[in-house]
Amino acid sequence: MTQQRTVPKSAIHNSQSAIQSIAYTEYHPRWYRRRISTYWWIRSWAYLKFTLRELTSIFVAYFVVLTLLQIRALNQGPEAYAEFQEWLKTPLLVALNTVSFGFVLFHTITWFNLTPKAMPLRLGGKRIPDVLIAAPNYVAWLAISTVVAWFLLGE
Amino acid sequence: MAETITLELARYRPEQETEPTFQSFDVPFREDWVVLDALNYIKDKLDGSLSYRWSCRMGVCGSCGMMVNGEPKLTCATFLSHYMPGPVRVEPLRYFPVVRDLVIEMTDFMVKLQSVKPWIVREEEKSLSEGEYLQTPEQLDTYKQFSMCINCMICYAACPVFGLDPHFIGPAAIALAQRYNMDSRDQGSQERLDILSQHEGIWDCTFVGECTKVCPKHVDPAGAIQQYKLTATKEWFKDFLMPWRAK
Repeated sequence: MTQQRTVPKSAIHNSQSAIQSIAYTEYHPRWYRRRISTYWWIRSWAYLKFTLRELTSIFVAYFVVLTLLQIRALNQGPEAYAEFQEWLKTPLLVALNTVSFGFVLFHTITWFNLTPKAMPLRLGGKRIPDVLIAAPNYVAWLAISTVVAWFLLGE
Repeated sequence: MAETITLELARYRPEQETEPTFQSFDVPFREDWVVLDALNYIKDKLDGSLSYRWSCRMGVCGSCGMMVNGEPKLTCATFLSHYMPGPVRVEPLRYFPVVRDLVIEMTDFMVKLQSVKPWIVREEEKSLSEGEYLQTPEQLDTYKQFSMCINCMICYAACPVFGLDPHFIGPAAIALAQRYNMDSRDQGSQERLDILSQHEGIWDCTFVGECTKVCPKHVDPAGAIQQYKLTATKEWFKDFLMPWRAK
């Protein structure tokens, strides 16, 4: 019996189109393909963290919009800004911002810890330890936060 | 009586059944046995029809990757003692089509691997009389980690992105592309950029990071992909700011 077992020459030689087509494997009648469970993302903590990161990027976008609204209010004058601040104090906004802050923190830590992976710097032929590349991010974060806190609470 | 351990093996015989089933085998437990030893015992003594891939038994050939209790592992480097008292469930590598029992179909990976040109590309080859391409130990050190990849595809079985989008070129292929991009003798990074900077290249990766955790050779494909995202972004900006630079 002749099965479609032979590799089409195009699949091997035309490597440019390799990513677009998985022609060889796609339609074989006897290969078994397991369906991915709908709940694959709760099977392990790593997958759950990844899915959370994907979903909660909405909150990061929300913070950006909030900041833009704040700048607009500032531009419209003291009254509009006071009104905006009152709006921020409503329980719904406080709750929403608290939750958003938590997720933004989660994203920040992820990105800071990612820097040594994306930028493996070398000094004198040796790779600088990951901690030394990630740490300046945290130091800068702490320093800027201190300055902001000083401005906000200093008065 | 000597101690035994139960192995639950995924069986798939396409001429008999339409989907995989599990079959249990009791094998003698020995402290120095790995999962592959148990599979070989089953094949030799209990059921010669069992199909699986293996070759070197020492973590070099990359043939014996399978799911062991749900985790992608090189079965030659996974000790039975770790799973005592058992049972140990062995399945074919996740996300790949199953040909038979524990054997997966890997042509798709081979085509992807080849598409990133994992070899030294020269604009012009030196003539033999000019001698070899020299490299300092420091230059070797920049890519050596990525060169340890044995194409075992365990990282693909750990990657949910590959599971959900089979077009993703995947961790090992990108790590190997980066291995040659960082090689001081290579001049093919521009050619690889065209393949890697597509959506199905690096941009499909959303940094799950599991590929790095499961890699038996500590290659760190996740690191390679993030580095390459930075490179591709820089190249894009350069082309954007200096359009005459693009070919």
